[in-house]
This record gives sequence, C-alpha cells and structure tokens, in this order.
Amino acid sequence: MKEILSGNEAVARGAYEAGVKVASGYPGTPSTEILENVIRYENIDASWAPNEKVALEVAIGASIGGGRALATMKHVGVNVAADPLFTLSYTGIKGGLVLVTADDPELHSSQNEQDNRNYAKFAKIPMLEPSDSQECLDFTRLAFEISESFDTPVMLRTTTRISHSKSVTITNDPVSILPAPKLERNASKYVMLPGNARVRHTIIEERLKKLAAYAETLEINRSEMRDLSIGVITSGISYQYVRETLPDASVLKLGMVYPLPLKSIREFAGRVKVLYVVEELDPFIEEQIRASGITVIGKEILPICGELTPGRVKKAFGIASSEMQTSVQLPARPPNMCPGCPHRSVFYALHKSGAYVTGDIGCYTLGFMPPLSAMDTCICMGAGIGNATGITKVLKPDEQKKVVAVIGDSTFLHSGMTALLDMVYNNSPSTVILLDNRITAMTGRQENPASGFTLMGQESFQVDFAELVKSLGVRNVRKVDPYDFDDTMLAITEEMDRPETSVIITNRPCVLIKRTGVFKRGTPQKVDPETCTGCKACVKIGCPAIIWQTDSGLKGKAVIDPQFCTGCKVCTQLCKFLAIKGNK
Amino acid sequence: MNNSIVTNILLVGVGGQGILVAAEIIAEALMLAGFDVKKSEVHGMAQRGGSVVSHVRYGEKVYSPIIPEGETDILLGFELLEAYRYLPLLKRDGKIVVNNLKINPLTVSIGQEAYPEGLSDRINHFFPDGRMVDGVALAKLAGNVKTANTVLLGALSRLCGIDEKFWVSAIERMVPGKTLAVNRKAFELGRSS
Repeated sequence: MKEILSGNEAVARGAYEAGVKVASGYPGTPSTEILENVIRYENIDASWAPNEKVALEVAIGASIGGGRALATMKHVGVNVAADPLFTLSYTGIKGGLVLVTADDPELHSSQNEQDNRNYAKFAKIPMLEPSDSQECLDFTRLAFEISESFDTPVMLRTTTRISHSKSVTITNDPVSILPAPKLERNASKYVMLPGNARVRHTIIEERLKKLAAYAETLEINRSEMRDLSIGVITSGISYQYVRETLPDASVLKLGMVYPLPLKSIREFAGRVKVLYVVEELDPFIEEQIRASGITVIGKEILPICGELTPGRVKKAFGIASSEMQTSVQLPARPPNMCPGCPHRSVFYALHKSGAYVTGDIGCYTLGFMPPLSAMDTCICMGAGIGNATGITKVLKPDEQKKVVAVIGDSTFLHSGMTALLDMVYNNSPSTVILLDNRITAMTGRQENPASGFTLMGQESFQVDFAELVKSLGVRNVRKVDPYDFDDTMLAITEEMDRPETSVIITNRPCVLIKRTGVFKRGTPQKVDPETCTGCKACVKIGCPAIIWQTDSGLKGKAVIDPQFCTGCKVCTQLCKFLAIKGNK
Repeated sequence: MNNSIVTNILLVGVGGQGILVAAEIIAEALMLAGFDVKKSEVHGMAQRGGSVVSHVRYGEKVYSPIIPEGETDILLGFELLEAYRYLPLLKRDGKIVVNNLKINPLTVSIGQEAYPEGLSDRINHFFPDGRMVDGVALAKLAGNVKTANTVLLGALSRLCGIDEKFWVSAIERMVPGKTLAVNRKAFELGRSS
C-alpha cells in the first residue's frame, strides 16, 4: 500500500513488518511518535519505560527471551541507556534487537546536538542511517536481519528532518514465521563477568571485521555515477540535500554508516576527480576515510554546528542562493507556558522570592523565559536536584537558602529519585519542588507512572509522590495547590528557610490532558475596565490569555481573552484592586 | 535541473492554528493526484503558542523535505506577523495567501513590544497579487470557527493545479467524521473566496 508516512511512522511500520514482539522507550523529541504509532499494530507489546536505560534493558530481556525487540529514544536518551548498551554489544542478542536513536541537529528541542553515530563506533555495533521514510521502513526490517545474522544489536539513527518529515512510502506484509520465544540458558554469553566478557570481546572484534566485509556487498551502500569531476560520499538527510543542490555529482550513498565499506570508498575515490564528504555535525565518515589514507574535503567547507540545509550545502560548494534580505526587527514568538499552566504561579513565586533555581528538562524549562525568568541551570534530565545539592555544598548558609530545585513528575521518575535520595542522605538544606502535572507534557502528553495509564491505554496505578518521597527519607514534605498563589508563595519561602531537605509537591494536572475528569476548566476571568488601574501586576505572570492594551486608559489596561482563559484565577489573586472577576 | 519542476508550499503561523493538519491534507491531496510529495516540520513546541512552519514540496521527484532557502513558490500564512516574518523565503514571483488575523506574541501581550503596524499593506507592497482571506469570518459562516485552517486550504487549492476531487478525498481521509460536513463547507468558502 502507498501512504505518506513520517520517518517515525515508517520505523513503527517497519518494526511491525519485522515481527517485533516488544517495543520500549522513553519520550523525547524527535523520537516520541515511533512508539505512539507502534501501538496501532497488533501483537506488539509497547510500553513507556521510566527512562531510556530501563527501556533498553526491557528490550534486551525480550531479545534474550527470543523475541524481536525495539528500543526508541532521542540522542541524549542514549547517554542514559549507554551502560547496558556497551555490554549488550558484548552479549549480542537472541531475538533481533534494534535501538533507534533520533538525533536533533540544530537543537530544535534539545539541550545539545551530539552526533550519536559516534556511539556505533564506540560500542562496536553496526548503524544504519535512512534518508527518507521508505528507507526508515526498509532499514528497520533490514536492521533486524543484520542483528540476527551477526548476533549484534543494531542502531538505527534518524535525525529530526527524517523523523518529522513525511514522504511517500510503500508498505509490505509482515514477515511470516519467526521462531517462538522460549527460555534457554546461555550463561557464558549473557553473564558478563570478566572471564566471560574477555572471551566475548574477542568475538566482538571478529564480528566487526565480518560486518565491514558485509558492508562492501550491502545494497544500501550504493554508488550513483554521474559527472566524475565531483564525487560526494553522504548518508541520511544529507543525501537529499546533495541530490537537491548538486544534481549532476556522482554520489556514494551510505545506508550503513558504521562500519564503513572502505574498499568501496577507495574505489569510488579513484573514479572521481575531487572527493567530498557531506555530513551533518561531526566529521564521522570524513575522519575514518582520511585515516585510511584517502584525500577528502569535508568540514573545511561544511559546518560542524547546526543542521545542514540545501542553502548551507549550496554555500559550501559556492552555489548562489536566492534568499531575499530583510532588515526589519520583528517581535519573536517563542513557545510559552499554556494559559492555566499550573507551573506559572510556581515560577512567579520563585521569581519573587529571589530563589536560585536549578532546573532540568520539561515544559517547566520555559520558566526560564521572561517575564518569569526563574531558572538558573538546566543540564539534563534529573540534573536540578543533584546540582542543588552540589551548589549548597560550596555556599554559606544564608546563600544556601536560596537554592531551589524544580522537577516534573516524569523527570523525577526518570532520574530525579536517586538524586533526591543523595540530597537527603547527604543532608543538603535545599528545597525541591516536584511539579506533578500527571503527564509527560513537553513531548505531547505521554503516559507515565504518575498518570495512572500505560502507553497501550490500560489503567495502572498512580505513583503517590508524597509517600515515595517520604520513603526516601525526606521529613519535610508538603503539598500545595499552585492555583492558590499565597499558599504557594508561603510554602516556597518557608521551605527555603528550613535548614534541611524539603520537598513541595504541586497537585494540579496539565491543562492539555484530554482524559475526562483530570483537568477541569474554570470560569474564564474578566477585567473590569473601570476598576483596572493599569498597574500591570497581572501581566507579570506572562499568561498568553492576558492582553495588555496600551491605548486604553491613562497607562493602559489589561484585557483577558475568554477563548484562552481557563479560569485558574492566579491573576485574579494578584490584582490588588479586585478588578478581575469571573466572566458571567 | 531535475528540481526545477518541484513546487514548494510553505505554511506558517502560530501553534494551535491547525497548521500541521492542513499540511497533512495538502500532502495527501497531492499524493492522490499522483505527485511525489515530501512534508517537513518540527514538532515538540507546536502546542505552546510558538511560531510554526511546515514545508510541503511536490513534483515528479522530490529530494530535500525542506524548501531550499528563497525558493518558496506559495506562502500560506495563517497569521499576519508570521506571514511577514517568512516573506524572505518566498520567490520574487511567488504567490501568497494570508489569513487576515493578528495573534499577539507574549512580548506584545505583556506590553514589552508592539505588534508591527500595517503588515497587510507591507505584504502587498512586496507581493501586489497577495491575497488576504478572512479565515475566521468564513469559518464562522461555515459553522465552526475552528475550521479557519480549512478555509485557507480552500483558498490555497486554486493555486496548486490539481482537480478538486483530490482535495475532497484528502479532507475525507484526514478529518474526523463528525466535523467533515463543516470542513467541506469551509473548504468551499475558502476556494470561492
């Protein structure tokens, strides 16, 4: 069947066609939609794990049990899963195992733009890199075959422009019969104690040589000979930009980017006059080619930072681009917290209290943006709590009080729990605010153990954060309603003052949760223009529903858009003149 | 040059305006009409009132999913400021269809910056054939203010040179059953606007 599929949809389809039994992952842009689409297919057990390490371990277990298994994550998620990944390389697999890494060149929605092709070389495993949705589907199927033929996990690397672009894709029927999973002991292969692992390491080095030989014959590494004056070696999305901007150039398109088919590369190099590598981010292919003694041009003309575009490739090759110039300064339109977002009042209170806020990854990272401007660090998932512990270790008590870590429910379960354990165990006086909105919101509302539902829509338990935190040893635990501004402010100032670890848990759900009965919309608020003095107290919280009208009254007046207002009444409480009321 | 026959449509607007669904329908209609189609955008921030951009490219064979800089043939603007922001990506002889709607960025809502004045005139200055569509009013006329994106699709559809039946089938495939009738009407109103 012919369909327009995104790269993520096509990977999901490929997994289905490959007979995958188990799929596990943690949400992360641009990888999230893979598992969200896997659940469309029957016979695959798909689940959100609390973090990427667990997701990969679940996949490894499924593989050892004999089923084909898929793990999905964004590039930085592989850092979290790196521990099992490197030893998985040693054990190899039983049922085919494919790890999808969705990289984010240009940092569209990430904290760094690391190039995860390096993981393939580092972990000594093969990596495939599709350049459109058809290849996402085909390469996913192929990856399972390679995995089982060579007893190796296989990484499939996409980038944002592959994951989130749609292109015409032909789908196929699933593979017919795979062996039924069953328990078989094979301790020398799966128990990685030094004695066993030493033996496995030798096998892994042999496996790499076999894979390199296989790369020479692999059809997805193909040369397209055209004009021989320019030869370009490329892969992934860069292939599309090369075809777009250098339509006459000869191309060696690599579908497998590790290990490289160095003989084929040498042969291609010999047939063209000047050899280039066009690749995004690191000179991954370029350095290996150069190390084998072949002269090549790459990062001398192409950027290492940011994603490639047709224009950037044109520029590298000295081809004129037709972009018009504009000199007008326009108001930017960055994303912001939704109207009614329960994080808003917390960040406004943090801003007012002068807290030094250690944060991490989630919608609440938007607390960094003006006018709230209340986030001082953001390193990675779960980092805020450990950072707070560390900062307090070097400060005097009066400064220690200012340090507050913020963390969302999903991020806390991902990698905040161990950091909180450390904080309380090692007696840090910091305050932690657990922003429990009952969903993994930033990536588009994925279920997690705080939401009470699974990826496949089954009802599950809901984590009780107060009990969880108490059981880690925190004595000072209090819940606040973030829609009650005075109470939130009071809780934050009191707990900041307390010279021992304390945790504040907010209890309002994300306003975007669609399941009935979770988020309840209130009465939209209205500003009485007669009473409004134009003091701007309400606009300081940065709510998109509150519009400042400069041309109204002496100083201007606030107006609330009833379409956007969810009736959280935080602004209502901030108006000293009682000008904001329910809109009836 | 094999890419000279590729047509490039850039959709721009604000998160929450239904831009990604509109792009989906365009891509589907063009595929049904027999073209190779690619579509690209960045998810993740789309729901939070940020600037949203979607690229749709079609022709006999399409390589890059994103439109080469300055080669947009048709700009479909869902909001005035966003349409103006992306004008430099439009070819000098490109076509533009703009929803006559202002949505304040947060910096404007809170009074830190002013929404630029006279944007429709400025757009018309660069592109005298540019079309302003009152998407919200036509969507209300169709029966649901949320179908403004479908009104704009209707207005765009006349520029793509494919039979109306492909648009109708694409809308039928992509739009939930209960809102199909009102979306069909919104499309017609946009197409004849």
